[in-house]
Amino acid sequence: MAKAELKQDATEARIATLDMPKGGKWIAAARADALARLRAMGLPARRDEYWRYTRPDTLTQADAPAAALFDGKERPVFDSVDRLRIVFVDGVFDAASSDDLTMSGVEIERLESASGADIHWAKDLYGVLEARGQKPVDRPLAVLNSAFATDGVLIRVTGKAAKPVSLIYTHASESSDAILHHVVKLEKGAELTLLENGPAAARFNKVLEVEVADGARFHHIRAQGRDHERRAATHVFARLGTESQFKSFTLTVNGVLTRNEAVIELTGDDAVAHIAGAAMGDGAFHHDDTVFITHDAVNCESRQVFKKVLRNGAVGVFQGKILVKEGAQKTDGYQISQSLLLDGDSQFLAKPELEIYADDVACSHGSTSGAIDMDALYYLRSRGVPRKEATDLLVLSFLAEAVDEIEDEGLREEIVSRLTGWLDRRGG
Amino acid sequence: MLEIKNLHVKLEAEDKAILKGVDLVIEPGKVHAIMGPNGSGKSTLSYVLSGRDGYEVTEGEATLDGVDILEMEPEERAAAGLFLAFQYPVEIPGVGNMTFLRTAVNAQRKARGQDEMSAADFLKVIREKAKTLQIDADMLKRPVNVGFSGGEKKRNEILQMAMLEPKMCILDETDSGLDVDAMKLVSDGVNALRDAGRSFLVITHYQRLLDHIKPDVVHIMADGRIIKTGGPDLALEVEKNGYADLLAEAGAA
Repeated sequence: MAKAELKQDATEARIATLDMPKGGKWIAAARADALARLRAMGLPARRDEYWRYTRPDTLTQADAPAAALFDGKERPVFDSVDRLRIVFVDGVFDAASSDDLTMSGVEIERLESASGADIHWAKDLYGVLEARGQKPVDRPLAVLNSAFATDGVLIRVTGKAAKPVSLIYTHASESSDAILHHVVKLEKGAELTLLENGPAAARFNKVLEVEVADGARFHHIRAQGRDHERRAATHVFARLGTESQFKSFTLTVNGVLTRNEAVIELTGDDAVAHIAGAAMGDGAFHHDDTVFITHDAVNCESRQVFKKVLRNGAVGVFQGKILVKEGAQKTDGYQISQSLLLDGDSQFLAKPELEIYADDVACSHGSTSGAIDMDALYYLRSRGVPRKEATDLLVLSFLAEAVDEIEDEGLREEIVSRLTGWLDRRGG
Repeated sequence: MLEIKNLHVKLEAEDKAILKGVDLVIEPGKVHAIMGPNGSGKSTLSYVLSGRDGYEVTEGEATLDGVDILEMEPEERAAAGLFLAFQYPVEIPGVGNMTFLRTAVNAQRKARGQDEMSAADFLKVIREKAKTLQIDADMLKRPVNVGFSGGEKKRNEILQMAMLEPKMCILDETDSGLDVDAMKLVSDGVNALRDAGRSFLVITHYQRLLDHIKPDVVHIMADGRIIKTGGPDLALEVEKNGYADLLAEAGAA
């Protein structure tokens, strides 16, 4: 078939540009397995159903399209937060800018140094959660990542982490193409907050695999950098044990193309998974949230809250699915995706899905697209609040449901300060 | 204070005339009431004065202390001292009531060239004013009007009025949706603000609100015009006999 052959050619062309890093037995096996899966699957193409709303070509082509560096004067996000910093510049670990990687309750290793070993705890997770997430939908960019990731961190959490681990992705070269792969394992009852921020590279492919064991809690807050021309395809694969918690929030501000996929499996009873996102795009901005949550245990809760503010031709995409397997009774699933279109040029495309095979569940989903509420605007202005300020307040009001998913007040305020910064820079 | 001359207004969307020559003068310190049947144009008058979109003034003028307000943006009218207590206060999820009020107070101060109020001063003042309106700390923290009962929403309107200290207050059917106790509370809040330098325009269907907020002048509005003006007795007459006689009288005149 011509189409399949074309896809195969494109995949081989991309593979030809990449070098598989050297490593010990366990990682070499994981990489070889991923490469074989990638060849069988092929990279995403424009006609793939899962890529219907987002063109994958610039994410799959051999070279990364150039991206200018944003000359931002504002204080970097999370700057005031006491955290353990791990810095990557264009996807390369920067020891000089990073903190010492030791902290009580947490073991942190670089993928590059850990991969030299013949055996490692990460063997049961690296590329494993990713592979589990390939059904029923292919996620080839994540497979490519498992095969070719050059670095990343392996984090094992045995207790309550003393402070957040912060991954900082600096962008320094206009043509950088970065592939990072992180694995986080929270042992029983452990707790970690993981922060991520920065534009990372001209093109960034990142996978985060997270195992949350029974009773463990994982908080994830991410602020994706605002270099206007950067591109990113990110995946998070999470597996949740009994009474565990997974809470993830992502802020995306600008960036010409972002595809954030999340694949979450609730495999232990009474687990809770919340995933939320706030995206603000002005002009050449395409932002895609693709989420797949599988309920495979009793009495679990999942919540998806995605909000996008779009103007001047920005495009927002949401593909979200809740799959409730047979026997996953008492599931409480909630999904909302909404866009606020600040003008007539912007676009929001949503594909919410529910697939339920249990008979005692409560699942709801909703998706809306709308303009600023003129009644609310008039109300605010009638109290003396000028139009621009009133509109900004309503934008923050619109995003609040997503932002409120961040439990920690200090971190929430860090995110809100980014939102207000964006609004201040925006013209009236 | 407020002077309206021969005001004609139509709905932009429907090209339909609503106000057909309203004349009204409210002196400083006075309370005027406007009563009238449904569709007479009472609420339209309040919207036009506060600057809501969708209405077109085809003739006439409205001035506040001699300054034309009809060309002003809604926020400019607010800063000039005009306040409308809404019949249906709008819910704004995600914006705390306190944040909203502080933004409004400081925006108006800024527009008038005054310094912003400090967080501490603001807190002190709002706590005091909220207390008299029986608005608790929780209501101040909650998002604006979200999940508020009808009575809470109206009390919140009066709190905003108390904080913004306008000189011309328009109350649009503030009594609608209120039980007797809530009406008393709201009326007490309004009466506490009565002052020689502050005027009120109270729009209502029913005389009962005027038992609590005693007007100096009562106007009857019908079909976009004020058809009769009198003292507080006029409201009692309406309560007793309805509008039919007055409408017939106006029609005959």
